[in-house]
Amino acid sequence: MSQLSTKHLLGIKQLTEQDIRTILSTAAKFKEVINRPIKKVPTLRDITIANLFFENSTRTRVSFELAQKRLSADVINFSSSSSSVKKGETLLDTVNNILAMKVDMVVMRHPSPGAPHFLAKHIDANIINAGDGTHEHPTQALLDAFSMQEKLGDLAGKKVLIAGDIMHSRVALSNIFCLRKLGAEITLCGPPTLIPQGIESLGVRIEYNIEKALAWCDVANILRIQLERQNTKYFPSLREYALTFGVNKKRVESLHKEIVIMHPGPINRGVEITSDVADSKHSIILDQVENGVAVRMAALFLLANKGIEN
Amino acid sequence: MEARVLLDTDLLDITITRLCYELIENYGDFSNSAIIGVQPRGAVFAEYLHSKLKTLTNIPITFGKIDPTFHRDDFRRGDDILQAKTTEMDFAVEGKKILLVDDVLFTGRTIRSAMDALISFGRPSKVELLALIDRRFNRELPIQADYLGITVDTVEPVKVKVEWENDADVTKNIVWILKDK
Repeated sequence: MSQLSTKHLLGIKQLTEQDIRTILSTAAKFKEVINRPIKKVPTLRDITIANLFFENSTRTRVSFELAQKRLSADVINFSSSSSSVKKGETLLDTVNNILAMKVDMVVMRHPSPGAPHFLAKHIDANIINAGDGTHEHPTQALLDAFSMQEKLGDLAGKKVLIAGDIMHSRVALSNIFCLRKLGAEITLCGPPTLIPQGIESLGVRIEYNIEKALAWCDVANILRIQLERQNTKYFPSLREYALTFGVNKKRVESLHKEIVIMHPGPINRGVEITSDVADSKHSIILDQVENGVAVRMAALFLLANKGIEN
Repeated sequence: MEARVLLDTDLLDITITRLCYELIENYGDFSNSAIIGVQPRGAVFAEYLHSKLKTLTNIPITFGKIDPTFHRDDFRRGDDILQAKTTEMDFAVEGKKILLVDDVLFTGRTIRSAMDALISFGRPSKVELLALIDRRFNRELPIQADYLGITVDTVEPVKVKVEWENDADVTKNIVWILKDK
């Protein structure tokens, strides 16, 4: 019950439904901890964690570091821009050198899909994937599910809209795996060029009209257009995207029902979502950020718990 | 497995009633005090004790539950995977007189970690410990209870099990001593 079936958190795809539920229920305990006057517990005091970020990050990196510090772990931070990666060192060499300094756990973000899965085959430390290219971002999906559950209760049968750049979004893929395992219904919405062919096979619906999609859902997770990953033009202009697929006050108010608005950040205000919606009472964007720390504490705690017996 | 009754329902009730009167003697009207049960089993006992005190005194007494899991010293060391329970502390600990409640006082390690967890909520003016059963020969830390139900002089592999009528498959309050044949 309290054990995870895996030693690493590489992606939601590898987790069982029970694993997800264990992480979410443990996260609720940690949310209580981070609201205490003294927010630190000594649980991971004998563990050293390396945060390896081969790609830019603000939220995820700060969130992981805070989660680790709240658990009293020793933390080392590494970013590729200031490291020997620039001198041509391979990923495995970099990580093995860091692990030789007695590191127990690795949190890694990497631009190449599958990089953490490759590492898991070659090293003993527990690995947490903090985003691998356009593939998966498991802790984001877990914190999204946790935030939705806080608002809506059990997610079985709940209607979740994921709108935006589905093709380049690791958040979308992890969310789909996670929500499907928890029994939610999912609709994807975005320009046809940004919705991968055959994605229906993961058990999702597709809707190209944002107004119809919003009217259908209980909760809308709005994703950013990832211009940095797009090397061809997928739609004519950001202005046209905002007009056709952007979530604005008018569209939300015309629904005549309450829906929950989420966004994994960073927000491009005025493109996928307008400020008046992002900052409205429907939005739980900042709750997501708070819950991120609790969910990551839970993942670190449960993997460390698993660590010694293997 | 050989099972022997240590405290039957009537004796257990007498013991708990006696503990309640000891508390009333020392805590008066329970102002600026709180009773906190140590999760998981101490919290069940504490709830029982709390409702009994309420019946006897008819005054509201601040009550909470604390989970010591994240403060334990055996994380990653034992065979058991630690599982956290909920902490319910919707009051300020700062400056209060706190009574920690557990069912069985064994090695003292749970109480050590519960005190650590308690301090994260503020600085109580005083902390006392009430235990229903004291297995004094098994202590691994210098921790003793201020209020005691009964002392049993047993060592492992003998186990003490406290059952409450609200537990699953249990009909009455009872304390067992369990021994492998």
